[in-house]
Amino acid sequence: MASEPHLLTERTRDTAEDDLERDLHTEHQVLNMGPSHPATHGTVKFLIELDGESIVDLDIQVGYLHRGFEKECESGSWYQAIPYTDRLNYNSAILCNIGYCMAVEKLLELETPIRCQWIRVMAGELSRLGDHLTRCGAACLELQAMTPFLYAIEARELTWDLQEMLCGARVTSNMVRIGGVKHDVPPAFPPAAREFIPKIRKLLGDFDDVVTQNRIFIDRLRGTGVISKEDCIRYAVTGPVLRSTGVPLDLRKDEPYLVYDQVDFDVPVGEVGDNYDRYLVCVEEMHQSLRIVEQCLDKLDQMGPGPVNVDDPRVRWPAKGRVFNQMEELIQQFKAVTEGPIVPEGEAYCAVESANGELGFYLVSDGGAVPYKVRCRPPSLINLQPLPLMVRGAMLPDLIPSFDFINMIGGECDR
Amino acid sequence: MDDHGSGVLRQLLEMAPHSVVDTHARLGDATAVVAPEALVDVMRGLRDAEGLEFDMLTDVTAVDHLGREPRFDMVYHLYSTIRNHRLRIKAGVPEAPGEIDTLVEVWPSANWMEREVWDMYGIRFRGHPDLRRLLLYDEFEGHPLRKDYPKERRQPLVGPRN
Repeated sequence: MASEPHLLTERTRDTAEDDLERDLHTEHQVLNMGPSHPATHGTVKFLIELDGESIVDLDIQVGYLHRGFEKECESGSWYQAIPYTDRLNYNSAILCNIGYCMAVEKLLELETPIRCQWIRVMAGELSRLGDHLTRCGAACLELQAMTPFLYAIEARELTWDLQEMLCGARVTSNMVRIGGVKHDVPPAFPPAAREFIPKIRKLLGDFDDVVTQNRIFIDRLRGTGVISKEDCIRYAVTGPVLRSTGVPLDLRKDEPYLVYDQVDFDVPVGEVGDNYDRYLVCVEEMHQSLRIVEQCLDKLDQMGPGPVNVDDPRVRWPAKGRVFNQMEELIQQFKAVTEGPIVPEGEAYCAVESANGELGFYLVSDGGAVPYKVRCRPPSLINLQPLPLMVRGAMLPDLIPSFDFINMIGGECDR
Repeated sequence: MDDHGSGVLRQLLEMAPHSVVDTHARLGDATAVVAPEALVDVMRGLRDAEGLEFDMLTDVTAVDHLGREPRFDMVYHLYSTIRNHRLRIKAGVPEAPGEIDTLVEVWPSANWMEREVWDMYGIRFRGHPDLRRLLLYDEFEGHPLRKDYPKERRQPLVGPRN
């Protein structure tokens, strides 16, 4: 074996000049990444065509978490679909609950009580906060930074504690009802929320100190995953990804639903549409969500107790006292339990601003107690589609932050 | 054809009076049913016409009206980020041949959403550049969101590929 190095040096000396000119006939390599990869917080498979370490093309294969959401909804009552919506985007379940229930309310032409609307806004913003914390924290983790992830998760725990006080569950909330919410805010909630909000702000500050000006973090994020405003709109991208390109599109402002027109908040936008802008937009949105929660707490205190559910026999059960004493109410209760609400024939599309963008529900009713069609317009899936545009020509490691800040949630993407 | 007091529908009816089959604006959602053969032209018009400017194809889905002719409805939701208005366009698709023109040329966002409709309803899109299943796997038999696909139906077990 001793002769081989000698031979190699010999050959190198002879052909050094030719080698520079010679075509090496390199081939592109296809790399499988996923479906369960430690550097992605989502179940998805990438087929990456690589030239060296540069991405030439990318094929995204989704669907690993497909559970037949729409098919299941078509075989239960209108109420039975609500727990399924928890499991769409399990980071911000309440926002999914709100989207679905508002679409059913649109079909039923119901107006929810004002107190319920404030509770929904408050719970929804807590949920959005938790979603953004997960996105930013997990993105750091996947870029090998453990400490900021722990700050973010500690803050998320606080939002989950608050959510648990509101509806009894930390993740899958099942809090919103057609025409209302499960129950009013418990008396212990407002003081706890007022105590936790400064703590969350403090953790956000710690997170900011460690991450935002961090040289490594900036190097990984700035200038990577760039997408233009026009491409975003052509690909129907919404949410923080679109806003990072400078388009101030936010359904809470553009098509105000619930009481968002009475709340004071700003819509942060980025400038160049890279991952760093997306990060900054998310961080600022968290501060805005906290602002909204505080306003809701004040407003709920100020308005005093009131109904949180519509008084409509189509969607509410009659009072127990009457059920036990009167025939009509007993029949009504029986129908409400066994059949659920009867929704008039028609179709409705209702969109809300979820943490990832426009979450829409398109419902079709044939006039029965079972939905004829429940379509969820998933922002995760639609925002993921232009990912190849963002990373084509970039280095392989740039795929990780680009994917992280799209925040594809498998449960919602694949349904 | 009535515009039901909706400015968007009025402009659509002025632009393509012969392509619109039906309109309604129930529950505040402006909706137009379009003849399937005119779909791409109407959509391009909606995207480009001054005052309409639907630059975003928000959602594409289908509804299976089993027993009705045509059996399927394609449902498109459009949004204009410039004008901040919405419109729903529907087009009937008969069971055979179960085809309609693709909108990928008009809005690239249609790509995956049409793949999902093919996957779930078995509607083919003429001219689609990459009509593969989106959520399910290639060996899946049938299209599960069709109303005649039983929920309990089992699928063959397939091993890993490639």
